[in-house]
Amino acid sequence: MFNFANPFELRRRGVMGMNQRNFAYISRYNDRSMFPNVDNKLKTKTLALEYGIAVPDLLGVVRMQHDVEEVFQILEQHEGFCIKPAKGSGGKGILVILHSDENGYKKASGDYVSRDEIVRHISNILAGLFSLAGAADVAVIEALIEFDPVFNGLSHEGVPDIRMIVFKGYPVMSMLRLATHASDGKANLHQGAVGVGLDISTGVARSAVQYDRPVSKHPDTGMDLKAIQIDGWERLLHLSAACFEMSGLGYLGADIVLDKNRGPLVLELNARPGLAIQMANGMGILPRLRAIEGLTHRRTQSVEQRVEFSIKHFKQTD
Amino acid sequence: MSARGPFLFLIFTLIAVGLTSIYYRHVESGVPLTTGEQITLWQIEAEISFTGKNDAVSAQLTLPQDPEFELVEEFTASPAYGVHVLREAADSKVVWSKRQVSGPQTLYYQGLFKENRDQERVDEPIQRPEFEPWLEPYQATAQALLNDAYAKSGNRELLVMQLESVLQSDDQSVAMLLSRYSRTEVFLQLLEMAAVPSKRVGGLVLEDGRRHQTLVPLVQVYINQQWELFDLQSEGLDPDLPVIIWLQDSPALLDVVGGENSSISFSISQVTRSALQAANAELANGDLFNFGLYNLPIAEQNLFKGILLLPIGALVVVFLRVIVGVKCSGTFMPILIATSFIQTELLNGVLGFLLVVSTGLVIRSYLSHLNLLLVSRISAVVIVVIGIIVLFTIIAFRLGLTDALTITFFPMIIMAWTIERMSILWEEEGGQEVLVQGGGSLLVAVIAYLMMDNALIRHWAFNFLGVHALIMAAILLMGQYTGYRLSELRRFKPMTDD
Repeated sequence: MFNFANPFELRRRGVMGMNQRNFAYISRYNDRSMFPNVDNKLKTKTLALEYGIAVPDLLGVVRMQHDVEEVFQILEQHEGFCIKPAKGSGGKGILVILHSDENGYKKASGDYVSRDEIVRHISNILAGLFSLAGAADVAVIEALIEFDPVFNGLSHEGVPDIRMIVFKGYPVMSMLRLATHASDGKANLHQGAVGVGLDISTGVARSAVQYDRPVSKHPDTGMDLKAIQIDGWERLLHLSAACFEMSGLGYLGADIVLDKNRGPLVLELNARPGLAIQMANGMGILPRLRAIEGLTHRRTQSVEQRVEFSIKHFKQTD
Repeated sequence: MSARGPFLFLIFTLIAVGLTSIYYRHVESGVPLTTGEQITLWQIEAEISFTGKNDAVSAQLTLPQDPEFELVEEFTASPAYGVHVLREAADSKVVWSKRQVSGPQTLYYQGLFKENRDQERVDEPIQRPEFEPWLEPYQATAQALLNDAYAKSGNRELLVMQLESVLQSDDQSVAMLLSRYSRTEVFLQLLEMAAVPSKRVGGLVLEDGRRHQTLVPLVQVYINQQWELFDLQSEGLDPDLPVIIWLQDSPALLDVVGGENSSISFSISQVTRSALQAANAELANGDLFNFGLYNLPIAEQNLFKGILLLPIGALVVVFLRVIVGVKCSGTFMPILIATSFIQTELLNGVLGFLLVVSTGLVIRSYLSHLNLLLVSRISAVVIVVIGIIVLFTIIAFRLGLTDALTITFFPMIIMAWTIERMSILWEEEGGQEVLVQGGGSLLVAVIAYLMMDNALIRHWAFNFLGVHALIMAAILLMGQYTGYRLSELRRFKPMTDD
């Protein structure tokens, strides 16, 4: 019952709390006028194309209720797809269809949904059910990620992604998020996904948590989480660091997926990334944020310079 | 962060304004800090009687001038007379007038006074009294008495006491003076000869339940920077009883023009009242600087009694979310639910809430199969909520459960939104999250209700508007709190365990 951490000990370890995140980082480094760049996935996609950042293909957009039926024409041409609300948050309202057959449309979880349910889902998106302030929205239809076989046996019933915290353009902390049966194929930690802390300089797994408690094996597949190493790590660092210029946000979470054919793709950006990444890494994020706040470069640093700085200074030693 | 200075200034200003306003309301206007505080008031009734001479009449009653007593309320009763209360710096009076008066008449003045002991009778200007010598041999005798007393005393205080005791003794020269003058007159004359500031006043002894009282002639002497009362004539003035000084030397107590055989008598009774009532009766006499809501019509007052509780609820919500870290859905939903708990009482409220929301969730799950657009679905849920409330109310009434009728106080739109959000939460994140967030909201609502329903807090919220400036300051400060939430100390516990 009284299993509380000592706040001074947490402070000493540089663990950031929700209030501090909201007040000292998000409200200070994230200009409100830039929020639509990440809160609207359609806008994010347009920006990403402008800045040459790799994202999943856009298959179509449904803007009006009477266009809902057109979605099936788009869908006929593609095996699997993903329907998202442009202004959704926290993974809400995302419908992933692996393929369609005589039983209907097969979800990532293995369940089937009917044509009617897809129509209803899109209607809900258009009405703003999943958008932040309940505002009217559009449905974005995206190509499905064919996720890299390196994750086989690691993620259960869902696409694993890599969350990178990028502060003022410098990658500072990252974790791999693995779906579990408990998380219903979703990669959100509060829904029961496993978070694996990755060394920011090498992409090597360090520690892992589920429901904010340390774990060492994937609860569904039993795979050793410490054995994970992400190949081509520097490409991921470059991709996420470039999201700073594209979004204009100082404190940002970039969700990156590894596609079998296209390599790392930015799935979405988040202006209010959560705090669980600290638990996955077993360390507080504040010392790194302060190190970057302490930098006094006159000239804007390039993506390469920033990545180099992060690799050099944020290497975990033990 | 960059605007730290102005922010701190704002906080400081809010706190200063809040505390000053509370101080002013409490100390200056006497609004009590607690609800149940009772104070003792003196109800003094002056009964004036005279016989009319079939002529125009004007009767003037001088009103008390005593800084130790504060007028709370006054009434006059007088059949068909025109009444005016004249308030001037020097003296206040009531004037009754009537064109044609005949036969015996009775007029009443009733005043309710509050004792104000910390107001001393001090600040009056001390005038050197004009001294007129008496005829001989009285003047010489008085001078001898004074010289004797002067020789036997060290200072002004002792001199006055010496004179007082000499006058009460059966000294021969005193007896000689008393054959012509009253004791009070002799005392005053001696004090004037000794250049001690003094004056003759008329006082009324306040004792509960006394009737047909008259003013007692008293002498006020300025000793040790304050006026002290001396009674030389009645001898038997109980020092424990308070005395209100009604009359200062000059004007007559009662002046009836056009009537004869006029007389006045006083009845005194002690009444207790809630201090709040007394303070507000006083404020009704118009004090612009005093921000109270009691001058508004009753209906508006009651409206504000409700509205002014919302900041309390907001404070609770901010505290529980920012400092404790309770998960709840929406910011204002818990406050509004708490507001309806005030109408329904807690148990009925919680049961009603659970009943409406759970029934609503069942019906909403059917609605979700109908493929409705959001707006029409929300509207449908509103109608369903109304239907549920109507149904439960009718059932409860048939069963004789009148308590359950208060379910109608729930805000329909809020309930509909709650059901809609919970339902989406259920579909998206599962039943457990619904329990966490719904339970969190209900917990916050219950705590907010317990705060808002507290008699003392209600009293403060309505009577001390400065409290709201303090709440504002607290909410702004909590908005800047960057420390850990209580829930995070549990959440991050594993991080300190290695």
